Amino acid sequence: MMPMDALKQYIDLYTDNAEVIDSHSAPVLNELRQTACDLLKSSRFPTKKDEGFHKTSINDMFAPDFGVNINRYNIPVDVAESFRCDIPNVSTLLAVVVNDRFVATRPLLNNLPEGVTVTSLAAAARLHPELVKKYYGRIAPGDNVNVALNNMLVQDGVFIHLSKNVVLEKPLQLVNIFDGPAPMAAFRRVLIVAEENSFANILVCDHTRNRDGAYLSSEVMEVMLEKGASVGLYGIEESSANTARYSQMFVRQEHDSSFSAASSTLLNGVTRNDYNVSLNGENCSAELAGIVIADGKSHIDNNSNVIHNAPHCRSNQLFKYLLDGESSGAFEGSIVVRPEAPFTEGYQSNHNILASDKARMHTRPQLLIFNDEVKCSHGATTGQLDPDALFYMQTRGIPVDQARRLLMQAFMSDAVDTIRVDAIRDRLRHLLERRLTGEDLLCAECGSDCHK
Amino acid sequence: MLRIMNNDILLDVNNLHAGIEGKEILKGINLTIRPGEVHVIMGPNGSGKSTLSSVLAGNPVFTVTEGSATFHGMDLLSLSPEDRSHEGLFLSFQYPVEIPGVSMVNFMRAAINAKRKYFHQEPLSAGDFLKLMRQKRAVVELDNKLASRSVNEGFSGGEKKRNEIFQMAMLEPRLSILDETDSGLDIDALRIVSEGVNKLKSSENATIVITHYQRLLDYIKPDFVHVLYKGRIVRSAGPELALELEQRGYDWIKQEIDEKFE
Repeated sequence: MMPMDALKQYIDLYTDNAEVIDSHSAPVLNELRQTACDLLKSSRFPTKKDEGFHKTSINDMFAPDFGVNINRYNIPVDVAESFRCDIPNVSTLLAVVVNDRFVATRPLLNNLPEGVTVTSLAAAARLHPELVKKYYGRIAPGDNVNVALNNMLVQDGVFIHLSKNVVLEKPLQLVNIFDGPAPMAAFRRVLIVAEENSFANILVCDHTRNRDGAYLSSEVMEVMLEKGASVGLYGIEESSANTARYSQMFVRQEHDSSFSAASSTLLNGVTRNDYNVSLNGENCSAELAGIVIADGKSHIDNNSNVIHNAPHCRSNQLFKYLLDGESSGAFEGSIVVRPEAPFTEGYQSNHNILASDKARMHTRPQLLIFNDEVKCSHGATTGQLDPDALFYMQTRGIPVDQARRLLMQAFMSDAVDTIRVDAIRDRLRHLLERRLTGEDLLCAECGSDCHK
Repeated sequence: MLRIMNNDILLDVNNLHAGIEGKEILKGINLTIRPGEVHVIMGPNGSGKSTLSSVLAGNPVFTVTEGSATFHGMDLLSLSPEDRSHEGLFLSFQYPVEIPGVSMVNFMRAAINAKRKYFHQEPLSAGDFLKLMRQKRAVVELDNKLASRSVNEGFSGGEKKRNEIFQMAMLEPRLSILDETDSGLDIDALRIVSEGVNKLKSSENATIVITHYQRLLDYIKPDFVHVLYKGRIVRSAGPELALELEQRGYDWIKQEIDEKFE
């Protein structure tokens, strides 16, 4: 039997609604739609038969008959409630994104320093078309099926712009809330531009408010780091067993820039994250970390691709999975060192713990080196908690369940430590602890009110 | 020296048989320990010394096939390792385990508060806990820097053993088993560790010292010396036995026993 061609329904959706979609958006975004549509007509979604997708079928993820909020119905959300997601003891600048709709908050608008823009992508494309056009669709490759799909259907998202030399001291927090009539899909686009020598840390939290509804979160992030810029981009997914997520991050770094990303998957259904980082100037550093805690039947696939295009750059990738129940994890990562990138340092490791007999992990680290002057390594391990450490802790009176939790938290600690902001690290440690004690996650404090 | 002896029995091991993967290692251990006593268990390699300490501490790797162990009136073998700890049993490991990512502070706090919970006490406040840590660190001159690191990670051999005695000081056990605590120690570390053990000694608690060498006994004075061989305690006597073993080795005992069991 031929697999259902999931892509067709989205092409039809666009073809039938092109005018409406255009009318809600801005010329800069609209310009790419038809080209994307034409390309998609001769494409298909990747399935498990395709290289790089052996464990996750994008076709299956997109196949259900999701609704798309083409007409921009205002799905109400109590923004004030979301403030409870705020990190304790640290003042963050907070914005809320409902599905794909950017909702500004007053504290954000009142407290953004000069030279920092955090706004709706659609609005930015209308107000600053030249600026958005300079980057939009330039970092994410338009011939990638999912990028093309996003180019075709995107209506809104987030635009973050840091002017030259601007230092954003307070972390910026985006809270993505999925809500509305299910089943529903949303196509979100995030464009982050850090001009020369600017500095920012951004925390992105994903929540699904209605845990019974089936949702598809499709996201493309484009991140530009100009000369000397420093950006930390930290994600926490705490969605639901019925949420599918395909998130692609494309990062381009110019010389002397420094990028750190850590994505934590704490509660999810089916998740696929792609990280594509191009180191295009000398003396860049890029650090990618992935933290996965999965149980039930959830599935999480991280795919990283770090490309060294210039000399004297450093990259480090650290992905850690803790899989329980019948969950499954996949990691495929590569470091590519081009001939024009001597004196590269590139490291990659993937370590996994299987906490149950039925949990599965698939890992495939790769090095593609076209240069002799490099220091590169990769490695992967999959195992269980150390029984000697467990017994040692028990002999000190620590109950076995607590000992297991401490070891699991410890297992994640080096990945958590890659986060550059103390408050976000502490927050994540707290969330991991709650997750491992089986407590509901943010919900006691957070406005996504999934606990109700 | 007049020692205040308590006639209550702290640990009574009776005909204990245990093994691993079907192979019997302990073949009928009998041992009685009273509060205030220091017992030394010596014996050639592979005689079962470390197995005995592991079995008493509840290591799930070993299976008890016969016999009993009564710990101040409780059936020790039916207790989980953590409950054995709460009830006052402490094992100083021959090879203390490194636990990267778990800080000594969190580890010790979890241990102390688990014990307090077991006895229906409130957890210690952060301030009181740190005060206790400071106080007990002094017993073995454990550096504050070590206390803030991950459990045993990157510790030298001597630091690991000092850390064991520090934990013993924190938990205030009724019976401590020191498994080859002297191995891998230089003379200064040996002195610090031994002094720590001596400071913690009282008429209420007891110690089992497992060792290869007489040299530790220059610092820790035993009341009884036992020789373990082929899974049995084949000889028990006063401290003079340790000296005799130091001079004559184990061969004469081995020969005697092997003839007896032939």
